[in-house]
Amino acid sequence: MSDGPIDPSVFAELAEATGAEFAQELLGTFLDEASPLIDELKDAATAADPDRYRRAAHSLKSNAQTFGAQALANLARDLEINGFSTDQNANQMQHAALVGEYERASSALKALTND
Amino acid sequence: MIEQKARLLIVDDNKVNRLLLSRSVELLGYSAAVAENGRIAMQLLGDEPFDLLLLDIEMPEMNGFEVLEEIRHDPSLSDLPVIVTSSVEGVENIVRCIDLGADDYLPKPVNQVLLQARLSSSLENKRLRVEQKQLLEKFATTEVAQDLQKSGFSLGGKRVYASVLFCDIRGFTALSESQSPEETIELLNIYYTLMFEAIDCHGGIVSLMIGDGLMALFGTPRPLQNPAQSAVAAARDMLAMIEEFNLERVANSNVEIKIGIGIATGEVVAGYAGTQQRATFTCIGDKVNLASRLEAHTKVAGCEVLVDGVTQDALREHDRGKPILQVSFKGFSDPVDIFSL
Repeated sequence: MSDGPIDPSVFAELAEATGAEFAQELLGTFLDEASPLIDELKDAATAADPDRYRRAAHSLKSNAQTFGAQALANLARDLEINGFSTDQNANQMQHAALVGEYERASSALKALTND
Repeated sequence: MIEQKARLLIVDDNKVNRLLLSRSVELLGYSAAVAENGRIAMQLLGDEPFDLLLLDIEMPEMNGFEVLEEIRHDPSLSDLPVIVTSSVEGVENIVRCIDLGADDYLPKPVNQVLLQARLSSSLENKRLRVEQKQLLEKFATTEVAQDLQKSGFSLGGKRVYASVLFCDIRGFTALSESQSPEETIELLNIYYTLMFEAIDCHGGIVSLMIGDGLMALFGTPRPLQNPAQSAVAAARDMLAMIEEFNLERVANSNVEIKIGIGIATGEVVAGYAGTQQRATFTCIGDKVNLASRLEAHTKVAGCEVLVDGVTQDALREHDRGKPILQVSFKGFSDPVDIFSL
């Protein structure tokens, strides 16, 4: 396992199994979908809708795992299992941590494909 | 390996997963359609046949559990293998999928090698199940085959309310002596096709065929609201079909054939009788003997269809037969009321 935001071997395996071009397109889809998912988490917490919140966290976790972004996946998994907090400050902190981790993971993934 | 390109349905609300799974199964030589949630998946399953379902659990509108429930209650989808692909949290959720009838579970991200192994094994199982069912239907009937597939095979019977119908061709021995064996077999094949059609059409099953005679059951294993009414309706169709068939025979300078039918209704014991190696779905009871005696008596009485009192009473007014003289049958202590349709 890598200590960085992503495990590069996961993307390499994906590219080998499905083709480099496809893997890159799929990464593009993940990046396009991630920001709306993170927004959806915030909206669901504001609307106090646990199902919406769980589904968004679940999708983010699933996609992060597909691309080897394990730290991001772990954060999303915590949100999926524990749901949002009744404490708005705690939610904001969690959200900020998630956004930060996503930025690290997406930069690392983009760097992989630009090599 | 893959004789015909199997068609899969991928159900997942996550676009990345849909794209990835579609690509993966296409690389394995299958074709795939996709649905974004359970509701759309159920519509697609109703519209076109699929060989296998790859099902996500966490979805809006209709989730994977609800899809499994619906599939379980739809007999037309009973052969559809379902592999759940999910990263849902909690072992209890995986157990729930299996309890609801999922064939297998693959955690996400889906490993390509595992996916290939599970797909080919599930598709092979499905192929065997369908083959087995087709084979069963050749030797049993659709109902017996479904019953066997659903509850498995076990010897033993249960008490049911049913109508028993016996039918045979009059003077069949003389008829078969006057023509070649090939002609006789051809005649029997047409006769059976017509009789099966009439019986099946009214919810009955043929449980026994001996020479030119057959025994059919109404009310078991397929439940019927009024077995007697169904049996009589089938008998009328049988006679009408024979009449039609005779027109053709006469046109080809063959002799007409005549059939006799006996029907009795009541409680019988129905189930599988035989040995573990060879068994048949049949039913026993004095109603079976009575139906057989009534059929034999049609020759004596010069009628086409004879029914017992219970059958007569269960019929709609205008379907009822005319009473004829009571008869003392062998094996029955009291004379029996019989009616001619």
